Amino acid sequence: MTEKPRVAIFDFACCEGCQLQIVNLEEEILDLVSAVEMVEWREAMSEQSHNYDIAIIEGSITRPEDEERLWLIRSRAKILIALGACATIGGINKLKNNFALDDVKKCAYGKDANMPHLETDFTKSVPEVVTTDYCIHGCPIDRKEFSYVIRSLLVGKKPEIPIYPVCVECKLKGNMCLWEAEQVCLGPIIRAGCGARCPSSGFRCFGCRGYIDNPNVDAAKDVIERYGLDVEILKRKMNLFGSKQVHTNG
Amino acid sequence: MGKNLNINVHHLTRVEGHGNIVVNAKDGRIEKIRWEVPEAPRFFEAMVRGHSYEDIQTIVSRICGICSISHSLSAIKAVENALGIEVSEQTDMLRHLMHYSEQMQSHSLHIGYLAAPDFFGAPSVVPLVSKAIDVVKTIVRIHRIANEWSDLVAGRTTHPVTIIPGGFTKVPTPEQLVQLQNTLKNTIKDINTLADVVLSVASALPKFERETEYVSLKQTNPPTYTFYHGDIASTDTDKAMPVKNWQKVANEYMTEQSTAKWAKWHRESYMVGAIARFNINADLLCDEAKQTAKMFSLKKGCCNPYMNTIAQLVECVHLFHASIKLIDRILTKGLVSEKVKVKVRAGRGAGCTEAPRGILFHEYEFDKNGKCLAADMCIPTNQNHANIQKDMEKLVPQIIDEGEDAVRQKLEMLVRAYDPCISCSTHMLDIRFKK
Repeated sequence: MTEKPRVAIFDFACCEGCQLQIVNLEEEILDLVSAVEMVEWREAMSEQSHNYDIAIIEGSITRPEDEERLWLIRSRAKILIALGACATIGGINKLKNNFALDDVKKCAYGKDANMPHLETDFTKSVPEVVTTDYCIHGCPIDRKEFSYVIRSLLVGKKPEIPIYPVCVECKLKGNMCLWEAEQVCLGPIIRAGCGARCPSSGFRCFGCRGYIDNPNVDAAKDVIERYGLDVEILKRKMNLFGSKQVHTNG
Repeated sequence: MGKNLNINVHHLTRVEGHGNIVVNAKDGRIEKIRWEVPEAPRFFEAMVRGHSYEDIQTIVSRICGICSISHSLSAIKAVENALGIEVSEQTDMLRHLMHYSEQMQSHSLHIGYLAAPDFFGAPSVVPLVSKAIDVVKTIVRIHRIANEWSDLVAGRTTHPVTIIPGGFTKVPTPEQLVQLQNTLKNTIKDINTLADVVLSVASALPKFERETEYVSLKQTNPPTYTFYHGDIASTDTDKAMPVKNWQKVANEYMTEQSTAKWAKWHRESYMVGAIARFNINADLLCDEAKQTAKMFSLKKGCCNPYMNTIAQLVECVHLFHASIKLIDRILTKGLVSEKVKVKVRAGRGAGCTEAPRGILFHEYEFDKNGKCLAADMCIPTNQNHANIQKDMEKLVPQIIDEGEDAVRQKLEMLVRAYDPCISCSTHMLDIRFKK
C-alpha cells in the first residue's frame, strides 16, 4: 500500500473491552496510529467518515437494523476484521440463544418487555452476517495479537493465527495441568494465541477464543472420564462461550 | 430575538457506548430536550440463569470492558453472601488493591483520553499528540501503570481471572508487590503533573450548578474513603441503607427514550460517581488528595456535574497514596497460599461496590446445587440517566443564546462528565441540533 490505509472501528453489542485493548497498547498505539489514518473510532474520537479501507468490527449482531448497518460497512471496506469474541463467535451474547426471545425480554425488563425499542433477535457473530477477512479472537483480544495482525496487513502479509489448542502454549509455560486441580479446563479444544493467560493465572480456560478448526472432542471426553467427571459438566462449560457456536476459519 | 436550535447528536463520541442528545428550540421556546439511550440491550439477567455460581463472574464481567473488575467483585460478593462464604483478610486486602487498579485505569482513561480533548478544544486525543506530546505521554504512562497493576493482581487488564468465590486462584509474590509499590511511588509526580495540566485548562469547565441528590457507599467501621465496603448513603438523608435493600434505593423504571432502565430515590433523580463519593466521604480523603481538591476549589456540597472529572482526579491522588499504604499492610501481614473450599447451599444475596462511575449492585439467587435461578443488576450509568436529563433541562435555557455549536459542545461535555458506561447500562449518545 503506497498511501496510508484508512482505518475505521465500529462497535455493536458488546462491552467495548476489545477497543479498550487497542488503547491499552499505550506507547505502541502512538506508532500504530501514525502508520495508518484513523478516520472513525467513536469511543476515542469525534471524527467520522464513510471512506475507509479497513473496517474493524467489535460486538455481536442482535437486531435487524444492526445487520443492515454491517452490510453497509462491508460494502465500503476493502478488508473487514472481526475484533474479539462477540464479533468472531458471538461470545457471551450467544447465551441468549439458549432461551426463547420473549422469555429473555421478560426476564430483563418485566412488564415493559414489549416496548418496541427493546426488540431483539438471536445473536449472530460477524462472519454469520458478512464475509469476514480476518478474525482477532479472544475476550478480550490480546493486544499484542491485534498489533501483529495490523502490522502484517500494513506490509501486505497474511497474519498467521494459531490452529493448535491452548494446551500447547500452557505446556510450554510449564504450568501444572488444571485438570489435576479438579478444574474443567477447555484448553484441549480451544484455539491458542492467548499465551494460555487464564490457566497461567490458575483459572480454567473457558473458551473465549473459540474452538480450534478440528477440535478433538473425543479426546476431551476421554480426559473427562479419566478424571471421573460427568460429560454434562464439560458440555455446560463449553456452553459459556460456545453456545450454539459455528466454527470460524482462523 | 428568539433563538432556534436543532441539535441531534446521534451516537455521541468519546463515551463508552451509544447515546443520543436531541434538542429542538423554536423562537427561543424549547420544544424538546432528550437524553436517549439506543444501545442494543444484551439481557444479562436472562443469560446467567442455569449457570453455576462458579461461572457467574466470568459471565457478568462482560457487562463492561471498562469496569469489568467492579462487576466481577460485586458479583462475587453477591455470590458469597448467597452461599454464606467468608473470605480471609488477605483476600479482602488483595481485592481492594485490584479494585483500586481499576479505578485508576478508568479515571486516567476518562480524564486523559475522553474528557481532556474538550479542555483543549480538540476533537480527540490524536491531534494532541503533535500539540502536547509530553502531556499525552504522561497520561499514557499513568494509564499503562494502572493496567500493569491490574494484570498483576487480576491476571488480566480486562475481565479478571484470579478471583473466585471464596478467594484467589493465584496471588502476587511479595517481590512483585514491592516492585508495584516502587512504581506507584515513582508515578506520584506524574499524577501531580496531570493535576497541574488539568488546572491550567480548568476554566474550560462550564460553571453550571443544579442541586440534586448524591448516592454512594459509606464505610464507618473503620472510617474509610470507600469503594468496596459499607452501606448506601445519600446527601438527602442521614440514614444509610444496607446493601441488601438496594432495590429501595434504585427504584428502577423504564422510559421510552432509553433501552436502559432509569432510577430515582428521594427526588426525581440522583447522581452517582466520583462527585457523589466526594460529597459524601471527602473528609476521609488523604491529605494529599484534600490538597488537590483545594487546588480546584472543589468542596463538599459541590453540585456542578462537570466537576465529576475533577473529583476523579482527586480520587486518583488518593488511590495512589492509599495503595502504597495498603501494600505495606499486605506485606507486613505476609502472603500465604490459601485453599478455597466452598460448601454449596441454596440462597439469595446482594453485592455492591463502587465502580469508577458510581455505585453498582448485583443480586443472585441459587438452588441447592449452586445453579443460578435469578439475577438482577443495577448499573451506575442507569442511576445517572434521569439526572443527566434533568441537568439538560436546566442547562439549555441558561445557555440558549450562546448558539447551536456552544450548546451542543456543552451538552456533549455534560454527558462525558458523567463518564457514562452505556454498554453497561446497555449503550448511549447522539446529539442533533435542529434549525
